[in-house]
Parts: sequence; structure tokens; C-alpha cells
Amino acid sequence: MIAGIEPVNAVETIGLNLWYGTFQALMDVNIRVKKGIITSLIGPSGCGKSTLLRSINRINERLGYVRVEGAIRVLEENIYAGDVEPVQLRKQVGMVFQRPNPLPLSIRENVLFGHGIHTPASGKISRAEADGIVEKALRQVLLWDKVKDRLKKKATSLSLEEQQKLCIARLLPVQPQVLLMDEPCSALDPKGTEAVEELLWDLRGQFTILIVTHNMAQARRASDECAFMLMGELIEHETTEEIFVTPRNPKTADYIEGRYG
Amino acid sequence: MGQVDTPPSARKADRRNLDWFIDKAVQVLVFIAGISAIIFIIGIFVFITKEGVGFIFKSNYALSEPVFGLLEKQKMPEDQLDALTDLAGKKFATAEDLLKAVEGVIGVEGAAKYKDILITKSLDQPFNLKTFFTSPKWAPTSEVKPTYGALALMVGTASVTGLAMLIAIPFSLGAAIYIGEFATGRTREFLKILVELLAAIPSVVWGFIGLSIMNPLIIKLFNVPIGLNVLNAGVILGLMAAPIMTTIAEDALKAVPDRYREAAEAMGATRWQVILKVVLPAAKSGLVAAILLGVGRGFGETMAVLMATGHSINLPTSIFDSVRAMTATIAAELGEAAVGSDHYQALFTLGIFLFLVTFLINLTADLVLRGIRKE
Ligand SMILES: Nc1ncnc2c1ncn2[C@@H]1O[C@H](COP(=O)(O)OP(=O)(O)OP(=O)(O)O)[C@@H](O)[C@H]1O
Ligand SMILES: [Mg+2]
Repeated sequence: MIAGIEPVNAVETIGLNLWYGTFQALMDVNIRVKKGIITSLIGPSGCGKSTLLRSINRINERLGYVRVEGAIRVLEENIYAGDVEPVQLRKQVGMVFQRPNPLPLSIRENVLFGHGIHTPASGKISRAEADGIVEKALRQVLLWDKVKDRLKKKATSLSLEEQQKLCIARLLPVQPQVLLMDEPCSALDPKGTEAVEELLWDLRGQFTILIVTHNMAQARRASDECAFMLMGELIEHETTEEIFVTPRNPKTADYIEGRYG
Repeated sequence: MGQVDTPPSARKADRRNLDWFIDKAVQVLVFIAGISAIIFIIGIFVFITKEGVGFIFKSNYALSEPVFGLLEKQKMPEDQLDALTDLAGKKFATAEDLLKAVEGVIGVEGAAKYKDILITKSLDQPFNLKTFFTSPKWAPTSEVKPTYGALALMVGTASVTGLAMLIAIPFSLGAAIYIGEFATGRTREFLKILVELLAAIPSVVWGFIGLSIMNPLIIKLFNVPIGLNVLNAGVILGLMAAPIMTTIAEDALKAVPDRYREAAEAMGATRWQVILKVVLPAAKSGLVAAILLGVGRGFGETMAVLMATGHSINLPTSIFDSVRAMTATIAAELGEAAVGSDHYQALFTLGIFLFLVTFLINLTADLVLRGIRKE
């Protein structure tokens, strides 16, 4: 880190509390996710990792019974301010889910879906331009050579690994700043996991990536910083190296050594 | 291998206990239930075909008006003609039988002279496929010449069903989308119960509404002489079909996994974009099924249509014309047609036609759905 230059935070939560009905799932969470690096989020099942992730693109709101206190700043802007439209926020913040969930459309339509939504009807693009977008996105996720001959096929006919890559590819055309990934590899086999991890490493730098994982080895391998959560609280957030080698909080040490479920 | 003693616990494994017998009994029962459904359907098909198909190919030989005209032209003596009137309208299985009967009345020699006319012109087919499909004249009880033209009845059924679908499709899809995608909690439960209640209203009640509410309303609103017409029956049938279509369509929407919606919303799609671009395409097959079910319902509905169409044979030129539907015709006439008579058989022929059309609708639906699934 060069002295004097403050690294910009891509995501920052300030005193974030969240309730599902009457159940409090997040307690006073303050986290700063730095721009352009991969931050992993670890913690035992039910500690609120997904909840935190899902409040960063406000997708939690579709449940209807979620209440939020505190603030979340994405790229220096409070996303819970009255004039922020979830649609605009989600253009900046893409999300990849635990189970690959390509839309039941063709591969091509999947890649163009987000782009279509964020382009006003007047700014229709030509077919050649669309082809270009599709190719670029699929190349970025190393999928182009495999699927270039079957772009019209249903996306659901791909293997899970390919589906997950497609789910990442479809976020790219709208050029988001932040990618949220909720256990993106847990439905994949070791080979698929490795492929997706490599991909993340490729995308590092272009995007700010916040990834939830249950896999300690993965967190260790594939992230720059690591945050540990427990029972809705953020316990520790350091560089991955420090968390795994010299954790400051004994709870973190216990978890990393496998003393929690 | 033979020396190895099977441990007692392993031997127990193939004992047939009570559960085994219950399982077998249930299997047999389910099999019987399934088979009997198939047998019933085949039985119904055979019954309708047996009663109706014979009529299509039925041919008689008889001395009809035109035959008498020809005989007169060929200068048959008055007394012979008079004698033959006794045979007028009597039906014979073959031309030879007819000839023999004529010989019995006017003698072998007299008959021989007109043999050509008697054999070639006396064929009398009560049913004619061309007439059935092209003539709007349905006059099965005519004293002079019964005619079995079903065109007006087909057009009647089609126009009423068509109008009903124009009304029911937007209503039911709209309702299904609202219930399935927008309504939550108690509103949703309330609406679902309401729709199911609507679906349970007997068709005679709908007919009654058509007769006593819609009829005067249409007369007053549109200033037409009669309110029992295509419009009335179409609206009634549309309202009748909409609830069940809504229920099926809503099931189809509910079957779309929520992760599709979540994925689309996470990419920034609005609620309406999610529905239009993701949910409706994914639910396509179920929605087609819902619509075809509605069409089937409209086609087969009898009572309400009988009461609301005006039940008059007519090729409609506007929605304010009275028409008559095929089903209503069968319902209204079968009771008064003597079993086995031409009229009775003609009604069964109408039944076969209905059956075939329904079958075709279902087949199309099936093929459409298969096509969608293959994609
Ligand atoms: N939709 C919901 N409604 C009510 N409670 C919920 C909902 N989603 C999560 N919770 C609760 O909030 C808490 C945090 O859940 P969350 O899914 O964020 O945990 P997680 O850390 O992602 O767990 P996992 O590792 O199993 O995915 C849990 O106690 C869970 O039961
Ligand atoms: Mg989770």
C-alpha cells in the first residue's frame, strides 16, 4: 500500500442490522470491502453470510418481511437512500448464486438478458453488436470455445460447471463493479470448482469480488482478504494470510481449526 | 457356496410379511383402476361409433318423389302409379328387394319396363358427408325430406367458443398473473378460494344468468330485438371457463422455480420484466394447456349454451344473431328421437364429430407441448 493514498472501498456497511420478521440475522455489521480484490466471507452455517451478501444488492427485499437499519455504501453511495432504484444498484452489483440458475432461455439470450434490461428500448443494438457482446462475455469466462456452436441451445442443458460460468458471463455485459458470489462452487465437483476458482482469479482486478464459501482451502487459495462471521456478527476481517496464520480472535482460530460445525 | 450357511437374519429378509401383501394388493387395485379408465374410454368410443358410424354409410332403396317423377315421364300408366304409392317411402336394403316389391304390385312385365329407373334412381342415402359439412340446413324431422346439414351448428359452436375465448384468455391470464405473482398473504388465499368457488357454479346457473340477466341487458344496451345470441352465450361461456383456466394457469406459474425470478431480479429486471421475459416463457406449456382446456370446455358445454344462444339454427352474421350449438342440439333432440331412427343416428354422428374435434384439440396440445419440451 502506497502511503498517503487511501484505498477506495467498493462496499462499506455501517452499523448494519437486519431482521427477518422478528428474528435478527445481522448485528451491527461494519465491513469494508476494498476495490478490485477478492474478499472471502466465512463462518458457520446460519451465521448470516448469505444475508449480508443479499442485502448488498437489496435482493433480500423481495421477501417483503425484511427490515434493515444502518447503511450500506456501494461505491460511496448509500444504497438505502430514498432515491436509489434497486434496478440501477443491481446494474452495479452482480450476483452469482449457490445453485447455478441460468434462465430457461438459450445460452445467447442468457448472456444478453441483463444487457437488454439495462438498455433503453430506443438504444436497440444490431445483431452483429449483440454477437460481439455474447462472444466477449463467453470468452471472458473461458466458455466460448465450448458453446460457440450451440448458442441457441437451452442454457439448462449445460453441465453445472458450464452453467455457473454462464451465470458469471451474463453479468459481464452490463459492466458491474462488484460481483457477489454465494458459495458459487458448492454445487460443482472438484474439477469444476478449480475451473471456477481460476476464472475468479482471472477476473480479479476488473471487479471487486465478495465470495461466500464453506471451503477453507478455497478461501485460503482464492482470496486476498477474508472476513469471519459468527451469529450475525462480523468477528474479524484481515488479509487472508493473517486470518489463517495468526488469527487475532480466539473464535476465529476455533473455527479455522474446525471446532465449529 | 453351498456350504456357507445363510445367517438367520438374512433368511428373514425374503419373508413375505403383511406389508408385502398390502403392497401387492394396492398395486393390483391401482392397476385395476387404471385399466378400467382405459376400458371405459374405449367403451364410450365404441358405443358412439357403433350408433353413429353406420348412419354415415347407410343406404336404402325407396320410391321417393323424384323416382315417381321419372316414372311418370316414362309414361307409366296412372293405375300402376296409383298402385305404387302404397310403396312410397318404404325402405329396402337392396335394389332387388325393391324390384321384387314393385313386381308384386304391378306384375313382372310392368316392372321390367321400368327396371333401369327402379334400380339406378331409387338409391336413397339419408346421410351425405358433403351436406353435413356444407349445408346449414338441419332438418332431421322434416316430413318431406330430412336434411342433416351441420354447418350452422358448427359455426354456432365455433362462434360462441371463439368469443368466449376472446373474453376468457385475457381475464384468466391476468387473474393468474395477479394471484401468482403479485398478490401476497391473505389477499392471495382469498382470491384463490373465490376463483375456486366461481369454478364450482353449475352450468345451468350460468344459463339462468344468461337468460334472465344478460338477455334483457343486451336488449337494452344494444337496442337489439333479442338478447339470446352469440354475444350472450360467448360472455356466459367466457365467464364460465375463466375460473378453471385461471386455476390451471396459476398452477403453471407457480411451477416456475423461484430461482429464475431471483436470478432475473438480481440482474436488475423489474417485476413486470421478470414476468414477461422469464415466467411466462417458462410457463408456456402450462398456459397453453390452460387455454386448450378452456376451448375444450367451451366446445363441450351444453346447458348454458342451450339457454343463452337462443337455440335457433342460423349462420350468424353478427354477434347479435341467435345460433345453435352442436351439444345443445344433441341434448335437446336425443330425447325425442326414436332409438335407431335416422334422426337418432344422425345425432350420434354429430357426437362422433364433437369427439373427433376434441381429440384433435388434445392431440395438438400434446404435440405443441412435446415440441416445447424438446427445445
Ligand atoms: N428468508 C428467511 N426468512 C427467515 N429467516 C431466514 C431467512 N433466510 C435466512 N434466515 C435466517 O437467518 C440466519 C442467517 O441465514 P443465512 O442464510 O444468511 O446464513 P448463512 O451464513 O448463509 O448459512 P449457510 O452457510 O447455511 O448458507 C439463519 O438463522 C436463517 O435461519
Ligand atoms: Mg448461505
